[in-house]
Amino acid sequence: MAIESEVLVVGGGLAGLTGALAAAREGADVRLVSYKQSTLRQASGLVDVLGYTPDGAGPLTDPFEAIPSLPDAHPYRKVGVHTVREALSLFDEAVPTYEGGHTDANALLPTHGGTVKPTARYPAGASAGLASDARDTLLVGIEEMVDFDAPHVAAHLDAAGVPFDVRGETIRFPGDLRADAKVTRYAKLLDTDSEVAVRGRMVPAREALAQRVNPLLEDEERVGFPAILGDDNPGEIRAELSDRLGVDVFEVPMGPPSLPGLRLEDALFSALDEAGASIETGNPVVDFEGEDRIERVFIEKNGAKIPNSADQYVLATGGFVGKGVESDREGVYEPVFDCHVPHASDRYDWFEGDLFGDHEFARYGVATDDDLRPLDASEHSEFENLRAAGSVLGGYDFAAEKSGSGVSIATGYAAGQRAAQEAR
Amino acid sequence: MGPTPHIAVIGGGSTGAGIARDLAMRGLDVTLVEQGNLTHGTTGRMHGLLHSGGRYAVSDQASATECIEENRVLRDIASHCVEMTGGLFVKRPEDAEEYFQQKLSGCEECGIPAEVVSGEEARAMEPHLAKDIDKAISVPDGAIDPFRLVVANAASAQEHGARIETHSKVTDLLVESGEVVGIEVEHDSGPGKRVHGTEGGTEEIRADYVVNATGAWAGRIGDMAGLDIEVRPSKGVMTIMNIRQVDTVINRCRPKGDADIVVPHETTAILGTTDEEVEDPEDYPEEQWEVDMMIDTLSELIPMLEDARTIRSFWGVRPLYEPPDVGSTDPTDITRDFFLLDHDERDDLPGMTSIVGGKFTTYRMMGEQISDHVCGKFGIDADCRTADVPLPGSEDFSVLRDYMDEFGLRSPIGRRSIERLGSRADEVLKTDGPNPTVCECEGVTRAEIHDAIEGSGSDLNAVRIRTRASMGNCQGGFCSHRMASELHTAYDESVVREAWDELLQERWKGQRHALWGEQLSQAALNYALHATTQNRDRDPADGEPVDFSAFDTGRSQAGGVDSADVAADGGTDGY
Repeated sequence: MAIESEVLVVGGGLAGLTGALAAAREGADVRLVSYKQSTLRQASGLVDVLGYTPDGAGPLTDPFEAIPSLPDAHPYRKVGVHTVREALSLFDEAVPTYEGGHTDANALLPTHGGTVKPTARYPAGASAGLASDARDTLLVGIEEMVDFDAPHVAAHLDAAGVPFDVRGETIRFPGDLRADAKVTRYAKLLDTDSEVAVRGRMVPAREALAQRVNPLLEDEERVGFPAILGDDNPGEIRAELSDRLGVDVFEVPMGPPSLPGLRLEDALFSALDEAGASIETGNPVVDFEGEDRIERVFIEKNGAKIPNSADQYVLATGGFVGKGVESDREGVYEPVFDCHVPHASDRYDWFEGDLFGDHEFARYGVATDDDLRPLDASEHSEFENLRAAGSVLGGYDFAAEKSGSGVSIATGYAAGQRAAQEAR
Repeated sequence: MGPTPHIAVIGGGSTGAGIARDLAMRGLDVTLVEQGNLTHGTTGRMHGLLHSGGRYAVSDQASATECIEENRVLRDIASHCVEMTGGLFVKRPEDAEEYFQQKLSGCEECGIPAEVVSGEEARAMEPHLAKDIDKAISVPDGAIDPFRLVVANAASAQEHGARIETHSKVTDLLVESGEVVGIEVEHDSGPGKRVHGTEGGTEEIRADYVVNATGAWAGRIGDMAGLDIEVRPSKGVMTIMNIRQVDTVINRCRPKGDADIVVPHETTAILGTTDEEVEDPEDYPEEQWEVDMMIDTLSELIPMLEDARTIRSFWGVRPLYEPPDVGSTDPTDITRDFFLLDHDERDDLPGMTSIVGGKFTTYRMMGEQISDHVCGKFGIDADCRTADVPLPGSEDFSVLRDYMDEFGLRSPIGRRSIERLGSRADEVLKTDGPNPTVCECEGVTRAEIHDAIEGSGSDLNAVRIRTRASMGNCQGGFCSHRMASELHTAYDESVVREAWDELLQERWKGQRHALWGEQLSQAALNYALHATTQNRDRDPADGEPVDFSAFDTGRSQAGGVDSADVAADGGTDGY
């Protein structure tokens, strides 16, 4: 006896979560299985739709306007700009703590490396930091935190020509955290607002942090911290700091492990849970049965192979980073269903000599028809009841375009919705 | 004796740095110039083997004898650069028994301690050796960090008054009245510690004598004065594994051949190598088949290499030389011995000697001979002390104190820092501020980064070779921006950005040859972190000005929502 559902989504990243949510909203009985931690914890938590064209033009002010001119193979072209908008509406509704939906225009956000980048949706925690907002800015770094050097970030932002004055200051974080404490330790301390010793007196951590920053403020109207301001209660922490400092407080998105990415993952899992989907994490899909149709997949759990069957399947296992696409010295492959991944036969054609050259590997992934069904080498669909979404798709370079989250959300939405409609 | 002679040494590899140290310790006035970083040429592109001499015990016994002698010296004076791993010459069933016996007797003849171990014993030492290895010869091979060694030599030379100029390319030899009287160099962004983004300049360095220690580039220098120095550059590939599959140097016991050695090196193991003559030491093909051959052939010795993760590959060029009348056609036949070419005796051009051929392991001996030679020119009677005086960092390498507690470092990071720094640990790690880890793969802390910046200026690749930061699994993916930040505020933002770009590009260069499997996943992640998260590929600071006003200025700024609503997201489940 297999565990049965109408739609089975393989993969728990942005595409899988959106796909499962879309399918559940359509009324389908949905099950999501994911193996490892999703790559959201490595992502900034920003939701990019399209920042640059494949030719490098940009930053684009309006991503939607540019979508119809993308190459045919691009996943956005498979689903169409209308679906991209619908998918973002679903996202906006499921994750109300994100902003950006009030306009079609991209936002420019400061990065922890000091550049600015175009993005379509951003966490409320980052909203006071928009680079198009002309208010003068103080950035505060933590002495022990090597990922965010506030004076350097400020100098770089200045070189990028931002329309405001920006300064960086570095502080000792209150509380006796060790030199290489993880970001989650800082977040925890602020979440619990535990008392810390300040000159022999015990003070709640948030108050102590505000006390350190207050004397550094000059005429700035907003203060940016690295994204460490709480995991469970970020809005509350930010509001309290804003109050105590008398200016708006924001977070600058960071690299891994990324609290904004983790918070986004949590929000989507909650939304999915509320929508009534069943969720199983921590175990890999190791095998499947079926020829033209996938009949069932097998999930390995404590050494046993547990069959899971569904009417429709969504493949959302990620790209090279998430290991939804893998490679060896001979070639590139999709490991779960062994779907065809078009790629150059000579390994030395996969990349360019320049670090940021036009790398072919960055576009490797499964090719699909307009219904997102993976295609085999002769361009026939691999399985009639399998659709693919997110980074496992080929035909686009999300890093260069800044389109990763948008493609995941749009294709996840389309795959999930269509799977549910077909399963009914 | 007249005023102190001024010697210009060209070449910042092991030989040049060794010569500079030796001459400076003998009291001469030395300027060393190097076109790139220290170790830029051949030295930085080797597998890090401290030869026991075993490799040459059959084919080149003179070299073998020198190797074992210098092996002992370096263990002593450069202890913080050396890991005495021991080495094995392993014999597969298809390898000739006769050669095995020749190797064994060759080692004895050259004074190399050697002992036969059975296949079982060899596998007990190295469990990943192939099951059908017959037997092996154990020898005192070791691993040595060429970067640390050269930096220590240069530091010692500096302590003795030498001037060290990196990123200074020799553009001409100054010849007056039939004599070499100096060099002309072009500084990449100014003399002294390199600063990016500032104007360079040309400098004439007049010298009483010039030493050409440029290895594979010696012919180029010779050309500048019409000298014919027939170096025969020979390239070899090396592939770096992400872990140490072996803790002992593994050599294959057969006559010359490609892909016959694995050297454990810090956190990695390095597979080597090939031997193929090239025309140009700077421009030669780096090809896929060379990497594949390393993995396929060495898997015969260590089967797990077949599916193991490589993190990058690099190529080095040997400065092979043989006297004109020998005429070898195969570069593997050319002696590894070194030669002093006195251009006065050889070409009637006084004022310069070139040193060619030789091996990394015997760099100090080469330095001693050329220093003797130079001192002889000036009638200076000064003893060589480089075999006896430890290098900076190796003065007192007992390291039995609990540095981990003392410096507040986590144990594995503390241990690695101490090993790298040797006797300099106190001086470097005792800082006032917190000392977080900057490079997690290699366990490099902020204090070490700052120490390297003090030594090498704004150049992050020079910081890298001094510390190993960005040389681990992630190849700079997680730490390059952190390293760059440590340059700020001592350097301007534009200088930092250029150094950062340079480091990233250098890391990419070798990683390209490892782009499959885990390392391709890593490369895709690095690309995402740099391009997506940081937008480094389209950094507005490097490009056209951005019209900021055309972009979203926020819900509240746009007038839709006031600040009260911004605070309204501050509930317990807010983001």
